Amino acid sequence: MSDNKPQTPATQAGNEARLRAMDYLVRRHYFRWAEALPWLIAIALFFILPNRMTFGGQVLIMIMFALSLDLILGYAGIVTLGHAAFFGIGAYTVALASMLAGWSEPISGLIAGGLVAGLVGAIAGWFILRYRGLTLLMLTIAFAAMLQESGNLRSDITGGYDGLPGLMFDPLFGHFQYDLYGHTNYWYVLGVLAIIFYFVRRITYSPFGQALTGIRENVRRMHAIGSPVHRRLVTVYAISAAIAGIAGGLFTQTNAYVTLTVFDFDSSAKVMVMLILGGTGRLYGPFLGAAVYMILEDYLAKLSPTFWQLGIGLLLVLVVLFARRGLLGLAEDIRGYFGRKARASSTPRRLVWKPEHWKALAISALDGGIIGFVAGFATNMKQAALMLSFVTDLPTRAILFTLGGAVIAAAINAIYLLLTSRTAVEEQAS
Amino acid sequence: MTAALQVENLHRSFGALHVTRDVNLTLQRGARCALIGPNGAGKTTLINLITGVIRPSSGTVSLNGEDITQLSQADRARRGLARTFQINQLFRGLSVLENICMAIGERDGHNNNLWRSAGAKREVIDEALDHLESLNMVDDALHLVRNLAYGRQRLVEIAIALAQKPRVLLLDEPAAGVPSSESHLILDVVAGLDPDIAVLIIEHDMDVVFRFAKEITVLVQGAVFTQGTPDDIMNNADVRAVYLGEEGHDAARRGGQHG
Repeated sequence: MSDNKPQTPATQAGNEARLRAMDYLVRRHYFRWAEALPWLIAIALFFILPNRMTFGGQVLIMIMFALSLDLILGYAGIVTLGHAAFFGIGAYTVALASMLAGWSEPISGLIAGGLVAGLVGAIAGWFILRYRGLTLLMLTIAFAAMLQESGNLRSDITGGYDGLPGLMFDPLFGHFQYDLYGHTNYWYVLGVLAIIFYFVRRITYSPFGQALTGIRENVRRMHAIGSPVHRRLVTVYAISAAIAGIAGGLFTQTNAYVTLTVFDFDSSAKVMVMLILGGTGRLYGPFLGAAVYMILEDYLAKLSPTFWQLGIGLLLVLVVLFARRGLLGLAEDIRGYFGRKARASSTPRRLVWKPEHWKALAISALDGGIIGFVAGFATNMKQAALMLSFVTDLPTRAILFTLGGAVIAAAINAIYLLLTSRTAVEEQAS
Repeated sequence: MTAALQVENLHRSFGALHVTRDVNLTLQRGARCALIGPNGAGKTTLINLITGVIRPSSGTVSLNGEDITQLSQADRARRGLARTFQINQLFRGLSVLENICMAIGERDGHNNNLWRSAGAKREVIDEALDHLESLNMVDDALHLVRNLAYGRQRLVEIAIALAQKPRVLLLDEPAAGVPSSESHLILDVVAGLDPDIAVLIIEHDMDVVFRFAKEITVLVQGAVFTQGTPDDIMNNADVRAVYLGEEGHDAARRGGQHG
């Protein structure tokens, strides 16, 4: 090997490159200080906003749910719109254990919820993970819908859509009572989230996690290099289901109440939107995505109880147009942009408007129009009845959303084009 | 001695279309065999049958004397059967080094571990870097595959297969799509392969075929048209008629003189 060769400058340079590469892989999973930030914020918020801790607990639960989805979607590339199935299984395991068996100790109940959801995930995964793409997507939706309907058929046990109210849980560690302000609960959920996050982080940096990334990047090659792809997918699906189940269990314990709506398609879709909003496959995407989505939803709902979904819709339009890799991806792009700008700061800069930009503008307006149109229909139909006079009828709403989407998309794209064309000038100059 | 790879009476049809007909092929240890034939002759289909991407309608495939016809792709790969693809099949969003580590991790079963960090197994990274060093690619180790020039990506394609430490290696047009100024990089690697590995190469460039191969199998319409040494093939009037053409024939003669 290289050690036996004479140390010419060339091999020395080779050795340096070798060491650098080795170093990178060996250190990659080391803890970085920036990673403490979300946890410090979570702790700080307890002291800054002690009155909002019930809401805070809900956000943490959604972060955990989105984290479970990140493991399969962001790392293994399994696209699912039925992940609420496992959230619901965990929620109902905890609820039924308390109601039917009197098993009201919270931590063991939570573990049971995770185990049951994980087991169901393993069995369901074994069947459905033979498929990929749209087929898989349909199967995941069907699975969650089946669970919801079976729960509805036995509403004598599940409480149906009226739910199981007034569930009782023991004090945490036999000592800490749940309080009206959700203070105990906040620390409880934060603690569980920290443990779950540690597990997920270890998995994503493990060789197994690398293999999942490989399956996402190129499944054909994984087969060709001897990877037991199906086994790996079922394994990670079961782990993810267990985490979703734990999140569901926490949801039940937090609210002391559960209904069949936990299995809703809405819930599966929402958690995916949160994840994509934050950024997939980055571990911290769920933190940012779930927090931004829920805080915005909360704020907008107070601002305008009838129109709040318009705001969420606009946010999604913006994300789809300009931050397809989520907010974390956008942050990376911006950092890269300023990095380039710093390097090129000596060259003259000016804004240019090129003729071909008109075409790009028209396309983005069309894009925005289509998305606005879809958003106009997709916003909750039940809410439509409650809306103010001029948008209650669907055609008006569709036209309004289409025009709004087109104008906003075009305006933002104009700014975007100017900025990027400026970079192009810099690059030409340098 | 048992053959490294033995294909017996392999047959595959899609409905009435017979894409592989009664193919027999034997690769001894260290074999250097080329598979040639006109477009649509079923060369890639044959590789897919051997590696288990698709299953044969009838016939058997044996690896070192063991019947592997019913095994999955992955099981075959773990028994020492590696391939490259005509169109790159790489982990484009990962670094070159991670691409190689992936193959080593699957080969040695490290990838079953979901607790230890991937970086903790230094011997895996070391071995991956050795593979890259033998291809003069250490400088590219941390570059994302999708940012490499196509010729370099082609090298990664081969490097992954080599990192599997195969006993039988199937190369599907390794230099396809590579500009001629860079193709020698890939052909040097092919020429310098471990003499213990049995190699089957699909290649259209007759210069390469006649320089590299000790045996040649000509496939036409899914069936073996003829098999033989480069000299046999070069002097076979029928082969010239169906496939080689005068240009290929000249190349064959040149190749023969080099060899």
